[in-house]
Amino acid sequence: MNNFLPIIVSRSQTSNIMNFFVPIIAIFLTLITGFIIFLLLGFDPFYALYTFFISPISSSYGISELLVKATPLALIAIGLAFCFKNNIYNIGAEGQLTMGAIFGGGIGILFHDTNTFWLLPVMIFAGAIGGAIWGLIPALLKTKFNTNEILTSLMLVYVALFILDFLVVGPWKDPNGFSFPKSRAFSDSGRMPLLFDGLRVHFGLIITIFLIFVSWFVFSKTMFGFQLKVSGFSPKAARYAGFNQTTLIFLAFGICGAFAGIAGLSEVSGPIGLLYRDISPNYGFTAIIVAFLGRLHPVGIIFASLIIALTYLGAEDAQLFLQIPSAVGFIFQGLVLFYLLGAELLINYKLSFKRT
Amino acid sequence: MSDLILDIQNITKSFPRVIANNKVTFGIKKNSVHAILGENGAGKSTFVKILYGLLEPDEGYIKYNDKFFKVSSPAEARKNGIGMVFQHFSLFESLSVRENLILGIDEAMSYSNLEKKLENISSQYNLPLDLDAPITSLSAGEKQRVEIVRILLQDPQILIMDEPTSVLTPQEVESLFVTLNALVKEGRTILYITHKLEEVISICDTVTIMRNGEVIDTSSTSNFTAKTLATKMLGQKLDDLKTNYDHIKEEYNFEVNNISCEFNDPFLTDLKNISFKVRVGEIYGIAGVAGNGQSELMDVLTGENIKISSGEIIFNKNKIQSLGPQKRRDLSIAFVPENRLGHSAVPELSLSENILLSQFPKNNFLKNGIILKNNIDDYANTVIKDFNVITPGNDAKASSLSGGNLQKYVIGREISSNPKMLIISHPTWGIDAGAEHSIRESLIELSQNGTSIIVISQDLDELIEITHKISVIYNGKLSNPFKTNEVEIEKIGLLMGGKDE
Repeated sequence: MNNFLPIIVSRSQTSNIMNFFVPIIAIFLTLITGFIIFLLLGFDPFYALYTFFISPISSSYGISELLVKATPLALIAIGLAFCFKNNIYNIGAEGQLTMGAIFGGGIGILFHDTNTFWLLPVMIFAGAIGGAIWGLIPALLKTKFNTNEILTSLMLVYVALFILDFLVVGPWKDPNGFSFPKSRAFSDSGRMPLLFDGLRVHFGLIITIFLIFVSWFVFSKTMFGFQLKVSGFSPKAARYAGFNQTTLIFLAFGICGAFAGIAGLSEVSGPIGLLYRDISPNYGFTAIIVAFLGRLHPVGIIFASLIIALTYLGAEDAQLFLQIPSAVGFIFQGLVLFYLLGAELLINYKLSFKRT
Repeated sequence: MSDLILDIQNITKSFPRVIANNKVTFGIKKNSVHAILGENGAGKSTFVKILYGLLEPDEGYIKYNDKFFKVSSPAEARKNGIGMVFQHFSLFESLSVRENLILGIDEAMSYSNLEKKLENISSQYNLPLDLDAPITSLSAGEKQRVEIVRILLQDPQILIMDEPTSVLTPQEVESLFVTLNALVKEGRTILYITHKLEEVISICDTVTIMRNGEVIDTSSTSNFTAKTLATKMLGQKLDDLKTNYDHIKEEYNFEVNNISCEFNDPFLTDLKNISFKVRVGEIYGIAGVAGNGQSELMDVLTGENIKISSGEIIFNKNKIQSLGPQKRRDLSIAFVPENRLGHSAVPELSLSENILLSQFPKNNFLKNGIILKNNIDDYANTVIKDFNVITPGNDAKASSLSGGNLQKYVIGREISSNPKMLIISHPTWGIDAGAEHSIRESLIELSQNGTSIIVISQDLDELIEITHKISVIYNGKLSNPFKTNEVEIEKIGLLMGGKDE
């Protein structure tokens, strides 16, 4: 037999430099693949890529929209980093986001005719609580019954979405809304202040930057961050050190849920202004890509959130100007993740072709 | 034609900041047992990894049966007749011996052929195996047999054995030597990596001594005594260690009373009514063959397992059996579990960061939960200096240190806190003679300063060298203690084999 079969062989040494370049390589390969896809679809690939990646951010409005999209992505992703660093696979940020929107939005609906300075802070706080509660359920199930958090957190996403559905067609439906499945609009004091006149970028951005900074500090300077890291690397060492794994799981899920909840609240009290069915274009899921693309590092996550936000905008522009379905945006997100995981694999392993 | 099966010329391999192999040149005669002797970090492993296709040399070449030889993977090495038995077994614990053997085969082989081949190998080389037994039920020696049989299935010309006796009982070592002799009689060549001097002299024909990445000497073992080998290997003279009982106080400060622990888990050994007492300044040794409850006992002593069925542990009049590790450290009890990588140290973290795994009341590493980087760096540097840890600096990852250096670092981290009690498992497992010596010395020094020490170890020589009292654990039960300077080795050997009186 003279077949050549590829075998995956572990590398004896991994390169730190390559490790750093992984996200850059992944993005580069995504662009090349995008080029080919557009070519095959019969578009001028240069024009298509320009429409997709450059024209959306060539105006101040575009930049503002980019930030509007990147804000929830970055905030959820940095929350997810608390879980992922500890090897806890919380896939349910979308549900935690939804619950945050429901809790915070609920306050907004209750006080829809009140204009007072404390309304927004209370809504943000309620959003954080809602998200945290939704995050603590899988934590409880994991620590009490040893359930797999990937499944439970994911299933809770759909529970949260159905609860939102129920509320906006049922008890929280806008009485003057002609039976549309949406709630009343929040009062002005229940809305995120805009940062610039005429642009949609809002105060949620400031909250996000602040929380990313806090997270950076926690990860790199505090014992809690160290404990997360150690439990992620080797649970046995964490046990030896006497770190309480149960507490760490609760904290990681709680923080992640709270961040996702704030992200959900700042969506509904920011650009949207009320509750309805589709408050999030899967930010909670996309943030998983952002977290890994950013290598779970605060700075990396900021850049990753901007890049992924651009795929959302690019998809809209492509639909508008090239009549390409906006689902192309998801193709680009998928490509980035695919190349990222692929490049990561090839850093630790190499392909060798052997005669068998 | 030469009678060399391997002719190694000028093999050089550098890593950042260190030359692991510097112009390594020697020959291995066909049909012999050839030892490579050296401390950890001497470059033995690097050389073997090059030979086995795990690393590529920067310079130099190897001739195998007079032909240039270069492989880029272990599978390729095996195909060329080079097999290796690693120090750490790579077996699937929950699968049977047969299943493990089948999984290890690179090529297609019919099932009936396999059975027949196994039978031949087993009888020919003194390697009896129960094919249906799950790996987890086997002793270290039996596991090693599985590894050897797995390699022999591929009919290798050269068999590399990496520290093969480090986990074996004296009886198992003897039976391994019978196997090795049978293999050599068959015309195979054995490359025997070790740091144990007696083994070199008793079983090897030729020895290559390595130090700091260089070959110091290659010569027939008959030219050496254990002493001359040690001098060549270490390049320095060893002091003799002496057990001294004078400093031990009458008073006991650590008592274990009737500890029992049921796990309902076939993978774990239940602990049965374990009791012992340790005096202030005493080194108390617990001997035994691996898998008789040592790690289960260790977990109970460190507080990693506080779910005991009954019994109590008393330290300085405090009942501590239900306290976790950190609470016990607060009482000045330090621990070093057996496994360095991933248990007492995190390989992915820097040496400085690894300091934070165990904190004592005296340490000043945190302020309101914020890590005081300067303080842990200082502490790390002190440990590195005091315990002669060879490393580029405190920011080096723990995984970059050789086994002996990392162990010195971990033990240094615990000792530097001046604990009143130190509980340590297999302190010198799989490390070189130099590090072994310095670790044993520092344990003795610590006890002389009034620290009580419990040493759990399979290495009987070690226990006899450093402890004041020895008891034996067998099947979760602990024997009565014996004064080390009075005990008969045969007695301990019998207890280790489960034979009372």
